[in-house]
Amino acid sequence: MTVHQSISDEAKPAYNYAYLDEQTKRMIRRALLKAVAIPGYQVPFGSREMPLARGWGTGGIQVTAAIIGPDDTLKVIDQGADDTTNAVSIRRFFERTADARTTEATDEATIIQTRHRIPEAPLKAGQIMVYQVPQPEPLRKLEPHEAETRKMHAWAEYGLMQVKLYENIARFGEVTTTYDYPVMVNGRYVMAPSPIPKFDNPKMQMSPALQLFGAGREKRIYAVPPHTSVRSLDFEDHPFRIQSWEQPCALCGAADSYLDEVVIDDQGGRMFVCSDSHHCETRRAQGHRGTMLGDATASGLVEAKS
Amino acid sequence: MQDGNQIHAGFSDPVFQSQGAFRALLAALSEPGLACDIGVSVETPVGLEPATAVTLLTLADYETPIWLPAALRDGPAGAWLRFHCGAALVEDPSRAAFAVIDGTVPEPKLSAFNAGDDQFPDRSTTVLVQCAGLAGGEAVVLEGPGIAGRRSIAPTDLRAGFWAEIEDNAALYPLGVDLLLVHDSQVLGLPRSTQIVETR
Ligand SMILES: [Zn+2]
Repeated sequence: MTVHQSISDEAKPAYNYAYLDEQTKRMIRRALLKAVAIPGYQVPFGSREMPLARGWGTGGIQVTAAIIGPDDTLKVIDQGADDTTNAVSIRRFFERTADARTTEATDEATIIQTRHRIPEAPLKAGQIMVYQVPQPEPLRKLEPHEAETRKMHAWAEYGLMQVKLYENIARFGEVTTTYDYPVMVNGRYVMAPSPIPKFDNPKMQMSPALQLFGAGREKRIYAVPPHTSVRSLDFEDHPFRIQSWEQPCALCGAADSYLDEVVIDDQGGRMFVCSDSHHCETRRAQGHRGTMLGDATASGLVEAKS
Repeated sequence: MQDGNQIHAGFSDPVFQSQGAFRALLAALSEPGLACDIGVSVETPVGLEPATAVTLLTLADYETPIWLPAALRDGPAGAWLRFHCGAALVEDPSRAAFAVIDGTVPEPKLSAFNAGDDQFPDRSTTVLVQCAGLAGGEAVVLEGPGIAGRRSIAPTDLRAGFWAEIEDNAALYPLGVDLLLVHDSQVLGLPRSTQIVETR
């Protein structure tokens, strides 16, 4: 199901601004304010059904719907790209229900709804990141019962988490978790940063932007205010390290961005390119060139832009 | 108004006025100590600061009991909140989701309100402290989440021992009440996560 099919133009006037009714918005807004007051703590909320299929980020969509207004400019990314089906559908949803102004430019956005990435361009004061979260509970793999994980958070009993990470190091020589790598927020709550690569974790630390997290199926909202300590869990003898690549982006030459491996032909040819498509395009527009930009443009993989 | 010509109107445009006011409240609690303009004005019943009235119109409803000083509860302010928010007005401060207190009056203490419990620290009271002013008083220096380094505030005429109460509240973290200091159309957040560094 796509938004395009589920919301016809004729039906549009029947919807509330930003889809949600005012009572639901109030409930979500109250949860958001408590989330901000207790950084990293998961606030339960009465998640609503949204006209998008499960797994489409209904938690993030509800958060965005509760905060968005006429002064906002919305950017939506999925796996770092603005043009994937998921990102396009969510953007269109807010264009239709909230008459939202949208952008692909990170620095023009006031709200950035995301799945799987934090943009490479530094976030600014006044911006709000909205993360779509499939599993908000960082302890769930260790403890399946909500009643137990809630007590573990209540009493800051995070020893089990440390033991699990250390076992990983003992077996593999490093922590093998590369996505949704747990963080400690404001020195108190262990938090799931959502399935972003651990490469993005350091961007959360003391970010000038407000970060909001919505988990629709699990009915949880949590937050990290600006300028808040967000530390990836690690050990003195095994400090946290982000992913790195041996070569820069093949299209824009960036040596400091998160790269995806892309298959470029049916002979098994591959290249590594920025996962943040807007960042890569911006760099190319500024004249930065990677080693395979010429080939990729010639074969139509990348649009030639002057 | 159908009943009672003494009840003032609420929002003229509820969807957009509550959205705008919410963003001011979100900014206030995200960046403690920063005075934010609530950005909306309504005809306010006597005894409520404009920002208090707008905050409660934005956030309160039948799910959120409100505590008011008796004089407000039994007067036009109470009637206005019952009418527009559909909220229950409670006498027991520990049952309140929202509370309005006068910053100059000694009682009730912040500790009388609900600080939440260790498994659900979010179930705590949000206390609106109506102040004579948010600037020009004695300086208090804050730090904590939402503050880059330190931030100084200087609200006026707060009751004796108020900052000690704030320190006691912060010591309960992650439990505790969350405060909004209000004056006129301004609101300044002091969530439980904010620490008092020094008072002068
Ligand atoms: Zn690139």
